[in-house]
Amino acid sequence: MAEPKIKLDEVLHVAELARLQLSDDEARQMQAQLDSILGYLAELDELDVSDVEPTFHSIPMDAPLRRDVPVPCSDRSEILAEAPESEAGGFAVPLVLEVDS
Amino acid sequence: MAGYEPVIGLEVHAQMRSRTKLFCGCPTDYGAPPNEHTCPVCLGLPGALPVPNEKAIELAVRAGLALGCQVAPHSRFARKNYFYPDLAKGYQISQFELPLNEKGHLDIEVEGEAKRIGITRIHVEEDAAKNLHGIGSGAVTLVDFNRAGTPLIEIVSEPDLRGADEAEAYLKKLRDILMFIGVNDGNLEEGSFRCDANVSIRPAGQTELGTRAELKNINSFRFVKKAIEHEIARQEGVLQGGGEVVQETRTWLEAQNKTVSMRGKEEAHDYRYFPDPDLPPLAFDAKRIEALRQALPELPEAKRARWQKDLGLTEYDAGVLSAHPEVAKYFEAAAEALAKRADKMKASEAGKKVGNFIQSEVLRHVSTDGLSATFPVGPSAVAGLLAVVEDGTINGKIAKKVFATMVDTGKSARAIIDEGGFAQVTDKGAIEDEVRRVLEANPSQVQQYKGGKTGVLGFFVGQVMKATQGAANPKMVNETLKRLLDAP
Ligand SMILES: [Zn+2]
Repeated sequence: MAEPKIKLDEVLHVAELARLQLSDDEARQMQAQLDSILGYLAELDELDVSDVEPTFHSIPMDAPLRRDVPVPCSDRSEILAEAPESEAGGFAVPLVLEVDS
Repeated sequence: MAGYEPVIGLEVHAQMRSRTKLFCGCPTDYGAPPNEHTCPVCLGLPGALPVPNEKAIELAVRAGLALGCQVAPHSRFARKNYFYPDLAKGYQISQFELPLNEKGHLDIEVEGEAKRIGITRIHVEEDAAKNLHGIGSGAVTLVDFNRAGTPLIEIVSEPDLRGADEAEAYLKKLRDILMFIGVNDGNLEEGSFRCDANVSIRPAGQTELGTRAELKNINSFRFVKKAIEHEIARQEGVLQGGGEVVQETRTWLEAQNKTVSMRGKEEAHDYRYFPDPDLPPLAFDAKRIEALRQALPELPEAKRARWQKDLGLTEYDAGVLSAHPEVAKYFEAAAEALAKRADKMKASEAGKKVGNFIQSEVLRHVSTDGLSATFPVGPSAVAGLLAVVEDGTINGKIAKKVFATMVDTGKSARAIIDEGGFAQVTDKGAIEDEVRRVLEANPSQVQQYKGGKTGVLGFFVGQVMKATQGAANPKMVNETLKRLLDAP
C-alpha cells in the first residue's frame, strides 16, 4: 500500500478539533476514506493552473452591502425557549473556566 | 547578566461605531438586557444569511487610510473555526487571505525619539458573544449574544516595538487616531478597545526572534505597561535559569500582579480558515477609496500642529485641548466665534484667549463618555463672554464670576452683566477718586515708588482692584496711577 495521504495522528487531531471521539477502528476507517478523497482531489494537481485567477467565490459577484439602519430584533423569550437551558436572560452552558492558575 | 532585547507586536481589536452589527440589523448599543439585541444571523441559526454593513466597512477603510494602509480593491471574508460557548456558529467571520487593509504604519515618539511602527494589516471581523460567570445559580456560564456580531477591526502591528514604553505610546496614539476619525470610542474598560501583546526576548544583537508568549486581557494603559514589563522579566528569568520560553497564551492577572498560562489553548490555535461561502468578495474601486480619503477627518497630530501654527497655542495647550475629539471641536468653534465677534482680533489671539479660558475655567465642568462629551455651556457662549472682556465691558477676573453664573443659570454673558452690575468701571473720575484714596492710605509705598522702587506699582493696582471688587478697568487704573505718581 502506498503512503497514505493523511496520517493517523492527523485524523485524530482533526477529530479532536471537531470534538469527535473516534475508536481505533473508526479512526482507521476515517483515514482510509479521507485518503481516497484526498487522492481523488490530488488529480487536480496535475493541471497547470499558473495562469488561472484564483476563484474567490462560486458566483462571480461582489458582496452586496446593507445600509446601517437598525431593524427589529427577535423576541428573546422565543429564542431562549429553543435553548436546552437558559437563566436570567442568558443561554446557560456548562461552566467555562477562562483561566487555569 | 546577559543583555536581552524585548520584541513586541500588538494586536488591537477595536469596535467600530456603526449603529448596527456587521452582518445583521441588530443595534450595537451597549447595556441592553442580555440577548435582547439578537436575531437568527447573530445567533448563528442555520440558514441565516450575513450581509455586510456598508458603514462598518467604510469605517474600516477610514482606519486603514488614517494609518497609511493600502486598501485592497478586492478583499474577502473567511471562517475562523473554533469551539467556544461565545461563538454560536462554531466559527467567527473574519478575514485571512486578502484582508481589507495592509502595509500601514504609525509613527510614535518615546523620550523625544521618533520611530515608525509597521502595521501588517487591518482586517474586519465580527465580535464574539459575552460569557457571564458567577451570575444566577453560579453553576453555569451564561452567554449573552448582544455583543455577538458587533463589527471589529483587528489592527496587527509588525514586531517593531522594543519595550513597554513603546507599546504604550503606540496604543495611546492608535486610540487617539481611531477616536478622532470616529471609528472607535476608545473605551478600554468597557472592552471596545482591546489589546493582545506578543512578547519575546532575544540576546542583544541576535536577529533571530525568540519564542513568544501571547498576552491577553490587558484592558488599561497602566496594565499594558505592567503586563509587558512583567512578561519580559519572567522570560529573562526563564532564560537565565537555563530554561526555555514556551509558546503559549498567558493572561494578565492584575490583582496578583503577574501573567499566568492559559493551558490547553494550543490545539485551539488550529483555526482552519477557509473562504466564507456565504459572502462574496468585498469590492472597493479606486474612486471610492479616493473619496473616502478626501473625507477623512483631520488627524489629531495635524490638528495640534495647525493649532500651534495658526491659533497661538503652545504644544502643551494643544495637547490638553485635543485630549478628546469633542473638546477639540469645542475649542475650534469657540476660537472661530471669538475671532468673528471681536473686532480685528487675529485668529492666533482668539485661539490663545479661548484656549486659556477653556483650560482654566471650562474643562473642570466637562465630562466625557466614550466619544461624547457634556459641556456646561456652548462654545458660542464662551466666545460671547470673552468678547465682552475684549471690548472692555468686564475684566478677566469678573469674567470668571460671570462664567460661574452662566454655568448655573444657562444665561448669556451679556444678560448676566446687564442684570448683575458686573460691568467694568470705566468712569475716569470714579477710578481717579479710588486711586487717590489708595495713594493717601499708603504713604510709605508712595515714598518707595518715588525713590525708584517702581515695582510697588503692582501693589497699588491690586489695592484699587480690591477696593472696586475687581470691577475697575485694569488698564485705566494703571494709567491713572502712573499719571498721579509720576506727576512732579
Ligand atoms: Zn442580529
